[in-house]
Amino acid sequence: MAAFRRDLFSVLVFALVLLAAPLALTNDYYVSVLILCCLNAMVAVGLNLLLGYAGQISLGHAAFYGLAAYASGILSATCGLPIWLAALVAVTFVGLVAWLLGIPTFKLSGHYLAMATLGFGLIVSIVMNEAVELTGGPSGMVGIPRFALPGLSFAADLSYYRLLVIVLAAIVGISLNLIHSRIGRALRAVHGSERAAEAMGIDIGRTKRFVFVLSALFAAVAGVLYAHYLEFVAPSSFGFLYSVELIVMVVLGGLASVWGAVAGAFFLTVLPEFLRAFEDIEVLLFGAILVAGMMFLPSGLAGGARRLLGLLQPKRGRT
Amino acid sequence: MSTVLSVRGLSVRFGGLMALDGVDFGVEEGTITSLIGPNGAGKTTLFNAVSGFVPASGAIELSGRDLTCLAPHARSRAGVVRTFQNLEIFANMSCLENVMTGAGRLSGYGVLAALFKTPRFWREERAAVARAEEALAFVGLAEHAATPAGDLAFGNQRLLELARALAARPTLLLLDETAAGLNMRETKALGGLITRIRDELGISVALVEHDMDLVMGISDHITVLTFGQVLARGRPREIQQNPEVIRAYLGEDE
Repeated sequence: MAAFRRDLFSVLVFALVLLAAPLALTNDYYVSVLILCCLNAMVAVGLNLLLGYAGQISLGHAAFYGLAAYASGILSATCGLPIWLAALVAVTFVGLVAWLLGIPTFKLSGHYLAMATLGFGLIVSIVMNEAVELTGGPSGMVGIPRFALPGLSFAADLSYYRLLVIVLAAIVGISLNLIHSRIGRALRAVHGSERAAEAMGIDIGRTKRFVFVLSALFAAVAGVLYAHYLEFVAPSSFGFLYSVELIVMVVLGGLASVWGAVAGAFFLTVLPEFLRAFEDIEVLLFGAILVAGMMFLPSGLAGGARRLLGLLQPKRGRT
Repeated sequence: MSTVLSVRGLSVRFGGLMALDGVDFGVEEGTITSLIGPNGAGKTTLFNAVSGFVPASGAIELSGRDLTCLAPHARSRAGVVRTFQNLEIFANMSCLENVMTGAGRLSGYGVLAALFKTPRFWREERAAVARAEEALAFVGLAEHAATPAGDLAFGNQRLLELARALAARPTLLLLDETAAGLNMRETKALGGLITRIRDELGISVALVEHDMDLVMGISDHITVLTFGQVLARGRPREIQQNPEVIRAYLGEDE
């Protein structure tokens, strides 16, 4: 009960802070960066359920993200479906793809999931580039309408940003609720010891498939919202590099921490924008910061924050 | 007295090796039944076969229910819960969470209940916490509830694994060399604990163990395995005096 109240409270505070952020960051550019932060955070939170909690690596999350973006774009722009329906179909479609992909993959263990998702990502990437009539090929697809719900318009970036904050808060809330339940314990048990998890009555195959599909669904939601925000999609945004970037967000943020994934996503989305001022050595600095992060914060930003709180508490006790 | 576990004609083959060859093994309700034998006799393999971790031929029944077609997790849900010779604790979780995973065998709420925090969710979670705390207290780890399991001393990790299995309220508890790596004092305490599991919790126990003092001290029945076959079975005193058993342990020529 206490954990639930704390989660609810933290999600509310988080949403309120994000909603208030544009009051201080009035520039359009800041809002667009915040929008990208939210989108990345949605995918990272889902990937963290899979990678951080259940210990299963996926190198294909960019593909789920991109597949949903393209599916929703094609359905709404080319087929003329209402946007909400296109979005719904796209997300369901990606969930189905993930479920089908999970059936053979989770019969294998160890690095095979990484291989299978890597292959899946490459195949999706090839299809996006080659199915020119459907996807517009390497130069991308234009004319995707801005996201709208019946009676609600999100034409202004600021209102779109508010929508994203609410969706992100919902995704974080769902994740926290799952983690603090027997399902979350099952995920971590599978990570800790598959044999012991089975001996405790956990169906590990089903557990892995479930979390895989769920994390793909989160990525799909973000992908749909991405396509209907930029109103343009191109295959280069959904390549292998983006999958790796997502993993870096999760690891740098802190494995097995929902808030860590959010922090990692925000940090890694904002950092390159700051480093842009250094032009020539931008990439070098980026790499140095990542290396320093891994050296000094082995359990990520979340672990670092926990350690900091731990350092502060005894001092408060003494005074 | 009824039979909890009944294994008949169990065979396990690893390539060309018959690890178990037509073994019969049974555990009576409310007893501690030990499985002993030289290294490589097939004791752990028998446990693995019963809990579903290795494919086997033959009949395995739990209180009359056929287990042979069930996956490991389904056998656990049916009531056969085991511990492992090489510690398999969830080092990434606190002690309480470890034990709650075991208690989870008895809760069945789904994803939606967890998401929407239904009354059933709260009821079953509370029950799981209560069972987990009870099990931790039973093995004497009550004060370690919040400790990360990986930080426990080795002997306590053994106890934690035991508590996790107990929280599942099994019909049959399979203990695979729980005393391995424990010192004499800890082993003695473990013996008392296993006896209490039988007497106070009414759980039937099957035990694979090398420590003969422990086995002879607490077992109601003993089955001796050598080379994948049953050599003898009986009460501790009978086994101790069985010339074939003595020969198997000490070698052919005295």
